[in-house]
Amino acid sequence: MTLLETQKLTRAYGGVVAVSEVDFEVEQGLITGLIGPNGAGKTTLFNNITGLDVPTSGTVQFKGKNITGKNAHTICRMGIARTFQNIRLFKELTVLENVMLGRHFKVGRSASTGRLATALKSFFSMEEEESIMREHALKWLSFFHLEHLVDELAKNLPYGHQRELEIARALATEPSLLFLDEPAAGMNPQETDALMKTIRKIRSLGITVVLIEHDMKLVMNICDTITVLNYGQNIAQGTPSQIKRNPLVVEAYLGKEDA
Amino acid sequence: MGSWAEFFQHLMNGLTLGGIYALIALGYTMVYGILKFINFAHGDILMMGSYIGLFVYNAIRGELLGFWTIIAFFLSMLVGMMFSAILGMAIEKIAYKPLRKATRLAPLLSAIGVSFILSNLAAWMWGTKSKKLEYPFDNSPIHLGDIAVTPHQIMILVVVVVMMVALKLFIDRSRLGKAMRATSLDQDTAKLMGIKVDRIIAITFAIGSALAATAGFLIALEIKVYPSMGTMTGLKAFVAAVVGGIGNISGAMVGGILLGLIETFGVALLGIPYALRDTIAFIILIIILLVKPEGLLGKAEKEKV
Repeated sequence: MTLLETQKLTRAYGGVVAVSEVDFEVEQGLITGLIGPNGAGKTTLFNNITGLDVPTSGTVQFKGKNITGKNAHTICRMGIARTFQNIRLFKELTVLENVMLGRHFKVGRSASTGRLATALKSFFSMEEEESIMREHALKWLSFFHLEHLVDELAKNLPYGHQRELEIARALATEPSLLFLDEPAAGMNPQETDALMKTIRKIRSLGITVVLIEHDMKLVMNICDTITVLNYGQNIAQGTPSQIKRNPLVVEAYLGKEDA
Repeated sequence: MGSWAEFFQHLMNGLTLGGIYALIALGYTMVYGILKFINFAHGDILMMGSYIGLFVYNAIRGELLGFWTIIAFFLSMLVGMMFSAILGMAIEKIAYKPLRKATRLAPLLSAIGVSFILSNLAAWMWGTKSKKLEYPFDNSPIHLGDIAVTPHQIMILVVVVVMMVALKLFIDRSRLGKAMRATSLDQDTAKLMGIKVDRIIAITFAIGSALAATAGFLIALEIKVYPSMGTMTGLKAFVAAVVGGIGNISGAMVGGILLGLIETFGVALLGIPYALRDTIAFIILIIILLVKPEGLLGKAEKEKV
């Protein structure tokens, strides 16, 4: 079943077309890899799907609903979460607070109260809301074995833990689809191995994963299907072995022989 | 001269004045923390809330006596706070939000415009003559040995402390407070946590405006209510926010109280002429901008590209 689908998705910045008429499909339950040389438009595609950027043209369908150009917070609430290539934690907040924020919208949204009423309610039911959020956050922190670091400021964590924390925070929003932007960047081989196990574990929870990655070993090992972008265009998709043999892909990465 | 009692007297005056500055400075700093924008209409929002509070108080006070006038006073203050909160949110929505993606100068100019509109509107509707707000209690000083404290000062200190503690709890502990901090750190990522950033901004304006109205209503007992009552006090509170480190909640509290103390002791002990009292704040502003531009509690921030 198709979980997410873009049709002729285009994003141009002035004259520069970063993503050009891309048809991209994500099958539910699979791990999808998105690869391509630097500047191929991978992150732009992520941004346009998750609502941080608005496509110039084309559509994005998620669970059969058109989500093109919707607010990032709306898309998050519908079940799409993501991480960033250059980790974007709330550095001045604690580890626990970072993950608790992922629970923000799951709490205290029962009544259609106004702004002032919401603020007052949040003030007077502080303890209750806090404990619900904390309990859930701790669950995700223990998933990554980070429970012992709860009160540490996010910025003080070692790099590898920061990556894990960002994934934990994304998972706390209970997504059905998780986008990971270069999760293995800067990791050593042991950390990358651990990450592969984690991603498989996330899939086993029923969460569909899409990842941008330059580490080919990881991509070929873990992905069920791969899409290749080059110069903003979708040039190939298929299983890892199909992609490895695809001449267009080889050319994109290595350049034409006569070039 | 120079006795302990006199020192304590000035300390009390400085703390109450500083508490008022701090309450107003919080609104500037909270909005700046999230939008990197100075709401120059903040002082006028204070003024509008004070007027509404005054009208409500005059209407319900009637022949009430003793304890009940105090209840009526706080009830009126609450109405003034709510009015300012709603006004603050409305101004944000109409005059600032549409300009969020414009140059940084645009909302600033818009704020100055809103400030003029509000003070002229008040002058037109209610006249420029100041209106007296009656004390809800007998304000003759209470003598504790050599020290004289007015009930008004005690009330200001109590209200300021309660407000600050409540705000600090709200920001640090509540779900929405966390969302506010997250929004001020990184709006995009906050959105990806499902946080409705527009709503958080509205709530920030509401809280800041309500705190300003509280401060306005409290000082109205002494300075009365008039269309430009928020201008100088607002500007000085802005200085306090910058001194403490704009964008930093604790900084606004510290900056406000410090400014109140310096003004009071500057006149009382250093012999700065009373007529120059209002210049003290701005001299401090210039010194801070030269020596520690990020403010006392602010962190030197690398300019984001």
